Amino acid sequence: MSDRYEIRFAGSGGQGVILAAVVIGEAAAIFEGLNAVQSQAYGPEARGGKSKSEVVISRGEIDYPKATSPDLQIILNQTSCDEFLPETVQGGIVIVDDTYVSTVPESEAEVFMLPIVKTAREKIGRELVTNMVALGVTARVLEILDLMKPDSVKKAILARVPKGTEEMNEKAFHEGYELMKEKK
Amino acid sequence: MPRIEFWQGNVSLAYGAIAAGCRFFGGYPITPSSEIAEVMSEELPRVNGRFIQMEDEIAGIAATIGGSVAGYKAMTATSGPGFSLKQENLGLAYMAEIPIVVVDVMRGGPSTGLPTSIAQQDVMQARWGTHGDHATIAYAPSSVQECYEVAIKAFNMAERFRQPVLIMSDEVLGHMREKVVVPEAGDLTLIDRKKPACSPDDFMAYKPDPEDNLPPMASFGDGYRWHITGLTHNEWGFPTNCATEIAFKSARLMDKVNVYRDEIVEYETESVEDAEMIVVAYGSVARTALSAVRQARARNIKVGYFRPVTLWPFPDREIEKLSEKAGKLIVPELNFGQMIHEVERAVHGKAGIIQMSLVNGELFQPSEILGKIEEVA
Repeated sequence: MSDRYEIRFAGSGGQGVILAAVVIGEAAAIFEGLNAVQSQAYGPEARGGKSKSEVVISRGEIDYPKATSPDLQIILNQTSCDEFLPETVQGGIVIVDDTYVSTVPESEAEVFMLPIVKTAREKIGRELVTNMVALGVTARVLEILDLMKPDSVKKAILARVPKGTEEMNEKAFHEGYELMKEKK
Repeated sequence: MPRIEFWQGNVSLAYGAIAAGCRFFGGYPITPSSEIAEVMSEELPRVNGRFIQMEDEIAGIAATIGGSVAGYKAMTATSGPGFSLKQENLGLAYMAEIPIVVVDVMRGGPSTGLPTSIAQQDVMQARWGTHGDHATIAYAPSSVQECYEVAIKAFNMAERFRQPVLIMSDEVLGHMREKVVVPEAGDLTLIDRKKPACSPDDFMAYKPDPEDNLPPMASFGDGYRWHITGLTHNEWGFPTNCATEIAFKSARLMDKVNVYRDEIVEYETESVEDAEMIVVAYGSVARTALSAVRQARARNIKVGYFRPVTLWPFPDREIEKLSEKAGKLIVPELNFGQMIHEVERAVHGKAGIIQMSLVNGELFQPSEILGKIEEVA
């Protein structure tokens, strides 16, 4: 079980949290040779205030496919933060967006408040790429933990985004990576 | 080199079907199975296959039967409400001995129930949903890799035994993405239906070959004429009231599974050798069960794991054998008790059976099954 690493992206519908988890899963399975399982909540709970998507990565076999106590959470709005942050594993890492999250509940996780949405808006000019900035942040965390090379995440992004948008998405990814690198 | 993909279970199942040689899909989209139809609609035209979205679920299976009669390996996919609607034509395919594959990605019921939530409430319907005695072959995959593999096995069994084969997937498995190692086409073992060796004039559509008791199947358009009916029929395919012919046909339908049972049954075990109790689970629930069993083993509890891969035929003899040593069987299901009846039948009272039911649209968490293991130990 210790080999298992659980990541959860949470936010509101439209912030691209599902795609973010899919990209990490593809980076792990296709470009890193790891095992990976990605799942998401469908139905009423996926609409409105809180949408979540999870990816479990491991060098070994993955039995239970969902996150039970995430090692890393990337949270992009307040309702998700209130509900999901306390589920972080003890000593885990939580990244919180500073535009849509104002109060962070007490926890034993290491919490970083980062301008993810602001970076997408101001440095790229489109809030649409919030998830790509978040993926850059995630890639840096996974690099520090020696779980995945940032280049694998970048490759997975480029294999997935529509033609003609590669440059914008790659820049957003890079900005996110730098955001986290300044902190850790 | 095998290719690595990161697919949803439904997508994997669809690509597995195409690798198996499926070239016809008749269906009607329904959550949580729609991705299967979606992939088939994109991919079948690329391999000279045919995809038809029909006007409803009933027409979906009817077209699938027609596709098979025309000589294509054919499939349809649905979920609970559609599975109910398909039962009448499913019976026709059993009686007329038409090979088709039917996928049910299980969601909560009865009726339209819970379109986006997991359940395992169609297990008994897979066996007895259509009326009359018939032999059922039903697979329950539990990983995205296995979705690909059982699609191939299902077609092989359908073609070999000339009958419908079911794949009972579920919402969590259908929608989750997981790493798949896609085998090379050349590495696959594929079975095609046996064609008649005789001339069209001598052809009797339901006359079995003596060596395997299975009749060869001609395609419409091949020049072999045959009659298809849901009425009990003789070797020419015409309705009969003759007791001898009725008995022969009825027994032959059952013998497909009775005689070849050991070649069809599949299951998976872990840590059963010294197990004092065993968790028996299938589909997505088996993933939770395996996690719980491994955690319990780490706490020195002698617990094992048994997963039926074929729900039908049920691996009853194998479970009975294990139950002679393991005194307790824990059976978690996302229903109020369906496969548990088969487990009870299998063990003949030799082991105590502990039921776990969850019917709230969610998958068991490992802690829930682990808790039960610790309570029972």
